[in-house]
Amino acid sequence: MIEEDRKSIYAPPPRTRSLARRETLWGLVFLSPWLIGLVVFTALPIVASLVLSFTNFNMLHPEGLRFVGLDNYARMWNELLNNGAVGQSLGVTVRFALMSVPLGIGLALGLALLLNQKLLAGKSVFRTLFFMPVLIPLVASTIVWQGFLNGSTGWLAQILRAVGLPAPDWFYDPTWALPGLVLLGIWGIGNMMLIFLAGLQSIPTEFYEAVKVDGGGIWARFRNVTLPMISPVLFYNILIAIIAVSQYFTQAYVIDPAGNGRPGGSTLFFNMNLYNEGWQYNNMGYASALAWLMLIIVVAAALVLFRTSARWVFYAGAER
Amino acid sequence: MTDDAVPLKPMSLAEAKQRRSSRTRTVRFGISRLGLTLFTASLAMIFLLPLAYMLLTSAKDSAQTTALNAPLWPASPQMYAAADGQTYTVYEVPMPDGSVQTLALEKPTRLVSTFIDPNTGQEITWKGNWRSLSPAWKLDIKLDNFTQVLSVLNFPLLLGNTLIIAILGTIGAVTSAVVVAFGFARFRIPGKNGLFLVMIMTIMLPFQVLLIPQYIGFKAIGWTGTWLPLIVPHFFANAYNVFLLRQYFLTLPRELDQAAQVDGASPLRILWSVIVPQAWPAIIAIALFHFFFTWNDFFAPLVYLSGHPELATMTVGLQAFSAVYSGSGSGFLTQAAALLALIVPVVIFFFAQRVFMRGVVISGVEK
Repeated sequence: MIEEDRKSIYAPPPRTRSLARRETLWGLVFLSPWLIGLVVFTALPIVASLVLSFTNFNMLHPEGLRFVGLDNYARMWNELLNNGAVGQSLGVTVRFALMSVPLGIGLALGLALLLNQKLLAGKSVFRTLFFMPVLIPLVASTIVWQGFLNGSTGWLAQILRAVGLPAPDWFYDPTWALPGLVLLGIWGIGNMMLIFLAGLQSIPTEFYEAVKVDGGGIWARFRNVTLPMISPVLFYNILIAIIAVSQYFTQAYVIDPAGNGRPGGSTLFFNMNLYNEGWQYNNMGYASALAWLMLIIVVAAALVLFRTSARWVFYAGAER
Repeated sequence: MTDDAVPLKPMSLAEAKQRRSSRTRTVRFGISRLGLTLFTASLAMIFLLPLAYMLLTSAKDSAQTTALNAPLWPASPQMYAAADGQTYTVYEVPMPDGSVQTLALEKPTRLVSTFIDPNTGQEITWKGNWRSLSPAWKLDIKLDNFTQVLSVLNFPLLLGNTLIIAILGTIGAVTSAVVVAFGFARFRIPGKNGLFLVMIMTIMLPFQVLLIPQYIGFKAIGWTGTWLPLIVPHFFANAYNVFLLRQYFLTLPRELDQAAQVDGASPLRILWSVIVPQAWPAIIAIALFHFFFTWNDFFAPLVYLSGHPELATMTVGLQAFSAVYSGSGSGFLTQAAALLALIVPVVIFFFAQRVFMRGVVISGVEK
């Protein structure tokens, strides 16, 4: 290949050049479905939503469209400061992220470590069982948990009462509704578990033996071998979990189809507010501004994650 | 990943001796193996408890879900039809001799009650408060729930709609991803790496940013209230799927395509007769991804099909059903509806789990 390149620099025979052009052309033909989609369904909409966010566009009165400058952003800023819908929904989303991301990551890693034990029998059966809830449509799994967490007839309440603990009425109690959704989220950690498991299986056993020779225990093995070796998949899982929280909608909507984030606004997620503005009140301009706020937050979170990753993510193949 | 099976091979005498001497170690190994497996099994049981709740509750009626001290399985108190034409509830009665008999309560009073032995018809006087007794439960499965749900939910319509959208979308998602992944894996294109990076970055975009302009656009061309917005965009290659397929294509040896090229095969022919036959596991994985995605998708069908219940998908229909029935004492109906909605993806998953879970791993680990 190197020789080919040199040829093309010094004395490009017309045949090779036309071949290369042919290859590029064919390649672009194959990429074209994605390239067209990128323009039509991604690039144009991004630009359009940015433009829309500076307008008062209303779905029902498109003729009244005009530019309103930073009005939408000013309204957002006000609602943020006075704990209006934006402040409320952002608070709910961030609280949910702070609970569900660390818990989900921790439990997924714990499960993966458990299912990676040599001693465990029936690994593939367990892997399937722990993964299965991921395949259940979110609407259905939310309904299942709505019943399971019901304060009087749900099993969790019955179990808690049987052992003498107070049993909250999860989805109807403002303090417990969000933790209830966190529990429901734990049901979907199968994806992260599989990815952790694959990361764990790619660790060469010699590394563990080296720690053993040095007299390190279980913790030393975890701290000095497992954690650095799976840090790339840990990084990936955290990133995906943050993106998932930024898109959280379905479960909250099933719990409260009225869109108020019942009980008491405790489940008013960011996207619920966006949905209300865009599709209940038809304020597409303002909803676009909300979407851009979320985009900025997610990009900022991702940037922080990437910036810190140099310190804690270890790529085995990378040059140091 | 397979389970470590113990290979069966003939043992030499020396080996057998060594085996015997390390028997205590083997026993200890066996115990910790058993303990760990039991621990994991109980975790799995706790994890899947909500599913058991759904299964059992979906076969209960209203009285059964709210009955006090009732067992978790669908049960009703046993009744006894006495000779006099009356029916009495049957209780578990602890007798003075320490045995527990199942007797029908004939005359309840605070301190002394009269029971009938259902087997003999004999009357028995029992000292004690009958309210402390628990009824004798018998299994009583109510399948009426499902007929009731089916009559309200129009399950065949939702199933048909979802299947059509899922199958058409899957065809588009798979074809476009195969074609684009082939482009990324096998062609020298100036700026290809930059394009690939752009593609990976699109995964991170919050869907909200794209959704509003897409919705306005689809409404402008009259596609809202049809399935087109749920199908057509998937014909333009999804980044996840392209990534997964590209990784897979890169592992396939180039010699075969080069041989085909020398024979004068066109790139399209190489893709179809050389690459695709080798890549079935990855192709099936992304087909399953898209199928499950459509089955689970809620926001897009909610906004694009609103006001058109005849076009609704399973999740939208199920949510509408639960909004009406989840309250006050008819939770058992929504559990039956949820069971109907999740049965198809779960059954498909059990048949195709290996391919599917490998796909999850490829798209997650090798980035």
